[in-house]
Amino acid sequence: MSANERSFVQQIWDFFCSLKLTISLLITLAITSIIGTIIPQFPNIDDRYWATISTTKRAVYDKLGFFDMYHSWWFLALLALFTINLISCSIKRLPHVFKFVSQPATTLSDAQQKIFPSRDFKLSAPLEESKERLAAFLGAEFSKPVITKVDHHYHFFAQKNPWCRLGVYVVHFSIVVIFLGAIIGTLFGYKGFVAIVEGDSVNSMQDRNGKTIPLGFEVHCDQFTVNYYNAPGGGGPTGIPKSFKSIVTISENGKVVPGYKNARLIVNEPLTYKGFTFYQSSYGQATDPTTFYFSVRDRVTGKVEQVALRPGDQTRLADGRSATIVDLTDNPGEGLVAFLQVTGKTGEPQQFRVFKDQPNLDELRGDRLIFAFTGTDARMYTGLQVSKDPGVWVVWTGCIMMCLGLCIAFFMSHKRVWIVLSPGHARLFGNASKNQPAFQAEFEALAEKLHSLNI
Amino acid sequence: MLSAKLYNITTIFYMLSTVAFFGYLAGRNRYIGLAGSALAWIGVAIQTVAAGLRWKESYAVGLGHIPLANLYESVVFFSWSIVLIFGIIDLKYKYRVIGAFVMPFALLGMTWAQLYLPTDISPLMPALQSNWLTYHVLTCFLGYAAFAVACGVSIMYLIKARSETTATGPAGGLLAMFPPTKALDELNYKAIMVGFPLLTLGIITGAAWANYAWGTYWSWDPKETWSLIVWFIYAAFLHARFTKGWVGRRAAWLSVIGFAATIFCYLGVNLFLSGLHSYGSLK
Ligand code: HEM
Repeated sequence: MSANERSFVQQIWDFFCSLKLTISLLITLAITSIIGTIIPQFPNIDDRYWATISTTKRAVYDKLGFFDMYHSWWFLALLALFTINLISCSIKRLPHVFKFVSQPATTLSDAQQKIFPSRDFKLSAPLEESKERLAAFLGAEFSKPVITKVDHHYHFFAQKNPWCRLGVYVVHFSIVVIFLGAIIGTLFGYKGFVAIVEGDSVNSMQDRNGKTIPLGFEVHCDQFTVNYYNAPGGGGPTGIPKSFKSIVTISENGKVVPGYKNARLIVNEPLTYKGFTFYQSSYGQATDPTTFYFSVRDRVTGKVEQVALRPGDQTRLADGRSATIVDLTDNPGEGLVAFLQVTGKTGEPQQFRVFKDQPNLDELRGDRLIFAFTGTDARMYTGLQVSKDPGVWVVWTGCIMMCLGLCIAFFMSHKRVWIVLSPGHARLFGNASKNQPAFQAEFEALAEKLHSLNI
Repeated sequence: MLSAKLYNITTIFYMLSTVAFFGYLAGRNRYIGLAGSALAWIGVAIQTVAAGLRWKESYAVGLGHIPLANLYESVVFFSWSIVLIFGIIDLKYKYRVIGAFVMPFALLGMTWAQLYLPTDISPLMPALQSNWLTYHVLTCFLGYAAFAVACGVSIMYLIKARSETTATGPAGGLLAMFPPTKALDELNYKAIMVGFPLLTLGIITGAAWANYAWGTYWSWDPKETWSLIVWFIYAAFLHARFTKGWVGRRAAWLSVIGFAATIFCYLGVNLFLSGLHSYGSLK
């Protein structure tokens, strides 16, 4: 290799190892990430958005990958460069740090003696006795020292937490681990969605790109229910859902899987089978209602009768009158409302409204029969997110490593203490990798104790 | 409700504390500085009681959840965290005067929440009914609060550094009260050293929760993305210290920009962008 090539390779290596590159990359990632928070991202773009931008703009954005920017070639390239930077930097520095930790310099250089904080002590004990007592002192008060003889001096070296210098590298490595987990998830995992109508089954799901993926088993939705918050002060249910719940049964080859019969699936309590996890995420009405159910209570006798009404039909009630549905509305805030007409042999027909979400309201009307709107035969569907992600444990491992690494890097300190002993004289030196004020105090305390020993 | 009254009293204490710190900055009277800190601590204690009461009151109206569920509650908690983190840094590092640059953030938050935000206890939508909500919000906001302290310190740094370079004679008056730039730089770093792991934990608990509720730990939703942007900026800050040309003033700017991004992540995303975290919206 010629000197020129050598320096060229060296330059590239230096470029990848440079912290200036790190800062530039971090800032570039921060700035470019903003794009995807402003421009809608695939697959959540609706037609209304397309109508607001011109075709040229759309073409340009499309070319630049702005509609799926976190998966665009240039963003992935930035992340790749980031990873290369991280790995090169570690390769370059880690061996030094490792050596620094595993083979510490047990004697102090003149330069270090000038810069590290120090304290002087006059000693009256003979040299060998001083040596023994100082070694015992450091062993008891700090950590067991290594003693080296240099000319006519003894150099004592003692340290605490040397390995915490590697904390930063744990953090850096954790980022690589998280990326690895994300890549495993992308390559070998699935993300998708299924909607199951009450009483129906599915055996496949739709992924992000609309592709159908077989599950290898069947999921049957037995029942779906929604609970609503009650208005304060006992005002009956409001329109705000408190919880929604699916009851599902999983079967394979026509047989119900043990433990998965009528299994509960609610928000924040997913259900896992064969690596696929189902998450309760949405719901809706699958079919229009044709029959409407009411419970009718007799104010005097207290007897309750269940009545099914179909729009247009006349249905006889227990007291001989007949009821019919005149109109139905379903407005936000009001919920489902039936407009009923009750006709007797004598007297005016009565018309009144019954609210599905307000079961006690009809009492106020004053009639002998009190109507409560209990439900319809409309079928609901349950919307489930489905995912299979074999990389997720790798990601969590990386996350835990990162937290531990950060705590080590920030809150632990590699502390070193030296004593240079010569006849009649000792000098104590100290140095810490972090939190100098705290170490300063510890160092002073150590010096005081040494002083009070009167060696 | 009693909790609402206590929140008002808290706001008054934060105001008095801010005024005391301004007085300390101007008059350099040690006791006024001490009063500033004491008022802040009393305010935080009252606010803690208020939050406990509000929690209890939420059960009384049949909703029953920790008061971290809507914009009002989170702004109020943000103020609480700022005062707490400032209090701890004050106890530990004894640079009381930074209170003049930190307490205003807490006061601003409380005032805005008390005057302009709907204070009702609101129902929790099903996705938010999880213990992860508590871990996630707690870690995020304590992190944000540490960044608020770092931002206050950085502003002091920038003012002081500027007066040092353009100084005509020794910097007198207010600036003499400021800690030396080296100490401010160190405090800035310390605050971010507290905030960064908390933010990291906040992002991770958020991801864990999302994975638990939806099966996706990361979906590039605007809130998630902005928290990552904030994280990138402070990561850049942490590395700036090892890079010639980035120490000192540029690092202080990174800290200020980082906090601006934090505020955008917290409020801007809800006001201007849309996504999963809609519970914080103003409607
Ligand atoms: C391209 C990517 C990166 C490179 C090349 C890089 C490189 C470095 C280097 C060389 C150091 C100095 C170590 C020392 O001498 O003590 C460092 C410190 C550090 N890095 Fe990174 N880093 C990168 C990304 C990150 C990221 C994304 C984080 C986020 C968690 C991070 C967290 C840290 C921390 C916490 C420190 C210690 C800072 C301190 O002690 O003040 N690094 N990094």
